Amino acid sequence: MMPSQHEIPERLNLLQRIWYSIFPDAHKAQKERRDYLRLLNTLVLHFRPKVVQERTLRFNLTWGLGGMALVLVCLLFATGMMLKFAYQPVPDRAYESVVQLQDDVLFGQLVRNIHHWSANILLIVVFLHFLRVFFTGAFHSPRQFNWIIGLTMFLAILGSNFTGYLLPWDQLAFWAVTICTGMMEYIPGVGEGLQQLILGGRDIGPSTLSNFFAIHTAVIPACLIVLMPFHFWRVRKAGGLVVPRPPAENPSTKGEMVATIPNLILRELAVAAVLIALIMLVSIVFDASLGVKANPGLSPNPTKAPWYFAGMQELLLHIHPLFAVVVIPLTIVGALIFLPYFRYEANTGGVWFVSYRGRQMAVVAAVTATVATSLGIIVDEFLIDFVAWIPAIPPVVSNGLLPAAIALAAVVGFYVLIKRIYNATNNEAIQAAFVLLLCSFLVLTIIGIWFRGKGMALVLPWQFGISG
Amino acid sequence: MKEEHSERAGGTESTRRSFLNNLWIGLGLVALAEIVAVAFAFFRANRSRARQVDPEAIVTAGDVDKFVPNSVTAFVRGRFYLARLKDGGFLALSRKCTHLGCTVPWVEKELKFVCPCHASAFDITGNVIGSPAPRPLDIYPVSIENRIVKVDTSKVIKRSEFRAEQITQP
Ligand code: HEM
Ligand code: FES
Repeated sequence: MMPSQHEIPERLNLLQRIWYSIFPDAHKAQKERRDYLRLLNTLVLHFRPKVVQERTLRFNLTWGLGGMALVLVCLLFATGMMLKFAYQPVPDRAYESVVQLQDDVLFGQLVRNIHHWSANILLIVVFLHFLRVFFTGAFHSPRQFNWIIGLTMFLAILGSNFTGYLLPWDQLAFWAVTICTGMMEYIPGVGEGLQQLILGGRDIGPSTLSNFFAIHTAVIPACLIVLMPFHFWRVRKAGGLVVPRPPAENPSTKGEMVATIPNLILRELAVAAVLIALIMLVSIVFDASLGVKANPGLSPNPTKAPWYFAGMQELLLHIHPLFAVVVIPLTIVGALIFLPYFRYEANTGGVWFVSYRGRQMAVVAAVTATVATSLGIIVDEFLIDFVAWIPAIPPVVSNGLLPAAIALAAVVGFYVLIKRIYNATNNEAIQAAFVLLLCSFLVLTIIGIWFRGKGMALVLPWQFGISG
Repeated sequence: MKEEHSERAGGTESTRRSFLNNLWIGLGLVALAEIVAVAFAFFRANRSRARQVDPEAIVTAGDVDKFVPNSVTAFVRGRFYLARLKDGGFLALSRKCTHLGCTVPWVEKELKFVCPCHASAFDITGNVIGSPAPRPLDIYPVSIENRIVKVDTSKVIKRSEFRAEQITQP
């Protein structure tokens, strides 16, 4: 298409003449604009198929969670880059630079708040996304590997939250990171070396801060930039999302296809807009906390881990650290990695909670876990003391191996029992076991955040106005 | 393309080709090993820099007579406590709780260290008198020359229990 001079309209005002001198093609307005739109559309369609299954658009399949995670990651990148201009990653300046950002920089506090709330909400959103993927059976073939990519990103986001936690260098940050890195010492053999590698020495100091800063602002963002497109591409390679269906329906029934633009894109934009508005609102109303500057000589009482590690911290109060921070978490992560590769009777992709019986079993598992874990914590707090009862054997065994073995036996026993009682498939029984562990974890986390006061004693939340 | 070639040139070409292929793979592995070695060396160097001998590592605590028997003195900069036991011997205790690393304050009234984080308690020799701490407080070597007490904070000594030979007598 040859732009030719004489097509420019005769009567132009000064502004228009300047405008067209900058954009000589702009006068072919209507048609050109359609071309830009088409360009935009094809850009979108680089990431998206032209058409999608109409049913996968329903909100109660995805709850928009994956898209929300992406939006939050984008917000974090944007605000993080801004924070980098103000923040100084050395112990003598870190805290002061955050104070300065909040007090002297226009919108500094707001930018910090957005970063803070996006990071915390991202953890929750990604966790919920992980649950929805599990409970809709979206980890079965061909999505097995995408489950693994997702888990990797989940660990990356945990790491990102944790390394970011130290950066404000206030008392909360300093001591939470002290006890979390203190946990590493209990890893047999390599623990101490690993701890010193991460801390860059024996104690938290300048090297720790620069290590954490590098991991937080370079290593993990780089991983996410690579992994996220990989994740999305695998969704597309799998032929889109799982198609939601009632348990009885034949999976091969093909639903209606609709155009991605505008059906999917508009929905995604709506979710993104609402989420951003919510984050803004929260960030305007609630400030990210900043306590007094870190003081290595004074541990506050109580010193708590960040809320997402509260479950592990609670476990630590009951059993030996080797099991609380090494054996049990590693077993669970390992089981989650292999979860898509277990033997299943059916590929239940698209069915919420496997089947009607699966739902019943999940409820039973949830109730069992909630009651048993709460009772277990209370009984252990006030009655059980294996170390004192059997002083002949080392605490690693009496307070570690023994309770861990009891817990394992309880989970396995539950699995076998519920499978037998309901005459269930592997799909249903594995889901029940998953729910059992999930609810135990949630109870531990809730108790760790709200029911632990001074000296980590068990208290009621209203007796002690402390939150994680 | 590969097939085209081997058809044309027969056996010798294909062995040469596979030799070249192996060469490439070998070179790739060497390059990978180099990268790993460089990364390894980089992080090692990083670590040893942090470990470099600190001129302030040896702390001069002061004259022997400054410390009353059965008392504990805090050295904030050196991050340790100097304990003088009942028999007059000295012990330099790390102030880091052996449970998860909080700083333990000395409670003068009860004559013990009590950790604010998870309530571990230690006596004046650093021995555990309240769980969950798994072992006594770490110690640093103490030396006494001309009745001046010095503590070398660069060497941490872990121990599973308090024993008399850990004490330095003036
Ligand atoms: C940064 C973190 C993550 C981001 C940004 C992300 C993003 C997304 C998005 C946008 C989708 C499309 C559907 C939806 O919105 O639900 C999706 C699907 C999926 N995600 Fe994630 N995700 C993340 C973490 C995870 C985690 C932790 C897992 C599980 C371990 C996971 C496993 C999957 C799977 C298997 C699918 C395909 C689901 C289906 O076909 O129905 N993702 N993800
Ligand atoms: S860190 Fe001292 S008791 Fe836990």
